[in-house]
This record gives sequence, C-alpha cells and structure tokens, in this order.
Amino acid sequence: MAFTIQFVIDVLSLGGAYALMALGLVIIYGILKLVNFAYGELIMVAGYTMYLTGGSGLPWIVMAVLAVAMSIVFGIFTDYAAFRPVRAKSVTAVLITSFAFSNLVQNAALLFISPRPRNVPLPEIFSQTVSIAGVITPVRNLITIVASIVLLAGVAFLMRKTTLGIAMRAAATNFTMARMLGVPANLIISSAFALSGFLAGVVGILWIGRIGTVVPGIGLEPLLIAFIATVIGGMRSLPGAVLGGFLLALIDTTLNYTLSQDLLKFRDAFTFGLVILILLWRPDGLIKGPASGQRT
Amino acid sequence: MLDVRDLSVSYGTIRAVRGISFSLAKGELVSLLGANGAGKSTTLKCIAGALKSAGGSITLDGADITQASPEQVVRAGLATVPETRDVFPDLTVAENLMLGAYIHRRDRAGNRDNLERVHALFPRLSEREHQPAGTLSGGEQQMLVIARALMSRPRVLLLDEPSLGLAPAIVERIFEMIEALKKTGLTILLVEQNVNQALSVADRAYVLRLGKIVASGTAAEIRSTTDLSTHYLGG
Repeated sequence: MAFTIQFVIDVLSLGGAYALMALGLVIIYGILKLVNFAYGELIMVAGYTMYLTGGSGLPWIVMAVLAVAMSIVFGIFTDYAAFRPVRAKSVTAVLITSFAFSNLVQNAALLFISPRPRNVPLPEIFSQTVSIAGVITPVRNLITIVASIVLLAGVAFLMRKTTLGIAMRAAATNFTMARMLGVPANLIISSAFALSGFLAGVVGILWIGRIGTVVPGIGLEPLLIAFIATVIGGMRSLPGAVLGGFLLALIDTTLNYTLSQDLLKFRDAFTFGLVILILLWRPDGLIKGPASGQRT
Repeated sequence: MLDVRDLSVSYGTIRAVRGISFSLAKGELVSLLGANGAGKSTTLKCIAGALKSAGGSITLDGADITQASPEQVVRAGLATVPETRDVFPDLTVAENLMLGAYIHRRDRAGNRDNLERVHALFPRLSEREHQPAGTLSGGEQQMLVIARALMSRPRVLLLDEPSLGLAPAIVERIFEMIEALKKTGLTILLVEQNVNQALSVADRAYVLRLGKIVASGTAAEIRSTTDLSTHYLGG
C-alpha cells in the first residue's frame, strides 16, 4: 500500500511537470508546425530571474510571479527575434534561427552571469516533507501535482470555452482559413508564445525547485522531455502532449524503481528503447491530431 | 462593388493568372468558369488575400484591397468559401459558426440574430450544432462553410466550387441556397466547373482559359455563343 502511494505520487508529480513542459512546446508546434528549440531557455530565464531577484528581499511569491512574467515576455520575444522574421520563408530557416537563438541566450547567461550553478531562492515549504498514510513525501511533489492539475484545467478551459482558445485551435488545424475568417495571425501566434512562456515559467520554478540551482544549460533536459512526450503523444494534439508527458513519467518512474543499481545509469537508454517501441506501434503518436494541417 | 483590374498571380515562375479584369455590381451573381488549371481558384485566393498578386489591383467598394491580408479582407466585407471545404474538423458546428462571426465577436445580440437566419437557411446545421464538424457529410460541411462565411456578415461572398464532389441531389440543394442568398441582395462571385448549374443561377459569367479571360457576357449569351467544351476540353 505504502509503495503504491509512493509510486502514484512520484508518477503524478513527475508526469504533471512533464505534461506542462510538453504542452508548452506543442502549443507552438500546433499553430506554426515548427518546434521552438529555444523553449528550454524560457525555463532558464525563469530560473535566472529567481536568482537575480533573490537578494532583493521581496516575498517569494512576488519573485515567482516576476519569473513567470519574464518567461512570458521572453516567449513573445522569441517569436519576434527567431520566428517572425523568417516564418513565412522556410522551415529550415526557422529551425536554425530557433537553435541559434537558444545558443545565443545560453551563451549570454554563461558570459554575463556564470557557468557555475547559482542558487535560487526557494520557500521553506519546498524542502519540507509530509507524511501521507505513512509515506514520507516532499511537499514540492504535492505542489507540483496541484499546480499541474490547476494549469491543465486552466488550459483546457481556455482552449474549449474562450473565443481566443477556439480561434487558436482553429488556427492549429488550418491557419489560412482561420485568417480568412478574420482571426489575426499575429495575435494568435503571440498568444501561443505567451501561453508557452507561462507554462514554461511555472514548470521552470517547479523543476528548479527540485535541485535548487540554475545553470545556463538547465533548459536542455526539459526541452528533450517535452519533445519526446509530444512525439509519443502526437505532435498535433494537446491532450496527446499531456498523455505523453504522464506516460513518459510512468516509464521513467517504473524504471527508477525496478532497475538495479548498475543498470540505473542506463535508464535513459531503456526509456528511449520503449519510446521507439511505442513509435513503431503508433508512428503518429498515441493521439492523432486533426486531419488537416498546413503551414502558413 | 468588386472591381478586379489587370490582376496577375504567379506561383514562382509559373504565371497562373495573366492580367484579368472583371467586376461585380451590387447584388449581382457572377460566375467564373473554366477547366482545371484555368486560374479560377487562384483568382479567388488572391482576392481573399491568401495569395499575393504579381500585378493589378482589386478594389472593394472603392477601397483598395490588393495588398490586404486575409483578416483585413474579411473585415472589409468580403468573405471567402474555399474549394477545399475547410471546416475545422475537431471543432463543433457551433464553434465553427462562432469563429465565422469572429470579427463581430463583441456584438452578441447581432450574432444571435444572424445565427438564427443562418439556421433558417440551413436547418440541418442547427440539428448538428454540438457535433464535431469533421463528422458531417460532405454536403453538410459545404453548408457549414457557407454558413460560417455568412456569419461574418459579408457584402460580397466568394464561392469556390460549392458542388465539388457532392451527390447531384445535394448539388441541387446547394444551388437552391445560392439562389436564396442572391435574393437577399448579397453580391456573389461563383467559381464552378459545373457550367450548367452555374449559368442557371448567374447573371453574368466570365470564361477563363490558361489564366486569361476568353469570353464574357450574360449567362444566356455565354450559353448560346460560346462553345464551352473547347475551353474545358482544351480543343
């Protein structure tokens, strides 16, 4: 029983974080049919904002809000710097500009801040533990679960019930047609980047909360996780990205529990092996997105 | 109402439309006829702002919309129904119609009235309101895209091949609806391969061949004087 509870909490907290990361990536992909390779840097920006405001004496929650706000601003800035100038021209160009932008930002952090890990202020509660039915669990895992439930529900509401969300879903299936109905392309794209930045900011705080420090390359792992989760779940489907995130967390956690100490360092190899099997079974991912989908 | 002058459109080095001129008066239903590849759909897409023109001008009610983006064109009062029957398949019928009224989204009362009118014209759509549009039949999807275009309250409607791939009985119904729309005073530009159907509702028609207008006149003139089969069969 205790083991089951421990396992479920681990899967849900890791899965919640993975799902949010994947969702932030797939929202951009859905609309532009382009992967934002500078996505990990949104998480880095949230981390460094926390670090830089660390000594200011502001309440922690204010710093967290600032960090998320910076991620949103930076998300929109990514669009202007890396996507908008070359968007209409070629997929390859955007691939390269988003890589270049990612590199540039990482190197700026290396140069102007430090290559060494920097401490991020975290409230007491992140290091406390709580006992649930005899299982000792870090509170931050529960915070991650609650935050991901709230955010996933929020995104679901936005995408299903608001005009902006419905317009974004429409733009994800057929951008030109959405524009022919008067939905402004730039508004939709900026909103997608803002939403992506928002999710990355929140997930960044939760993610960094596990380690307590930020380095310039912090975004690489979340980007990879998000990318794999969306590939498993289906690149064009928002529920698919969420499902992929939880499934990847299930695989990772199961391997953590079952692999012997010697094999544990090869965990990623096992994970990717399973991912390959899933893709052989469902090459388009678990959930297929809407049928049509042209690039603009 | 709509005035197209010397319009040219190119795909790379291929000139799909080569300097065509035509116009629509208010309340008129004009048809563009021609075979596959004549440049009909290209012309429509260019007017709608989805393709950039290589030359010429397009004016709507005196306002120049040659360089306008698709979202500006629909705000100017011109709605387009593309031939690919682009419903948003995972959105419900109601959501599709709601997006059609995107540019009037603050005018809720007006949209409600308009929705009632559209439902009266296409009763089938009100029955299927909460169904994803992807589950509709081809004919119903065609009705949905026309209804969705009407939700933007256009003064000019561009219809691209509304009969494409539909059963004859459905085509019959679609054309009845086009006639009904015409009676409401809407200006319509209809692109069709189904010549007889198109000429039966059109006031005037232009025949396109390889990107150029080769004949024009009233529907009756086109029917009697032009040997359409040569334009269609490439003779």
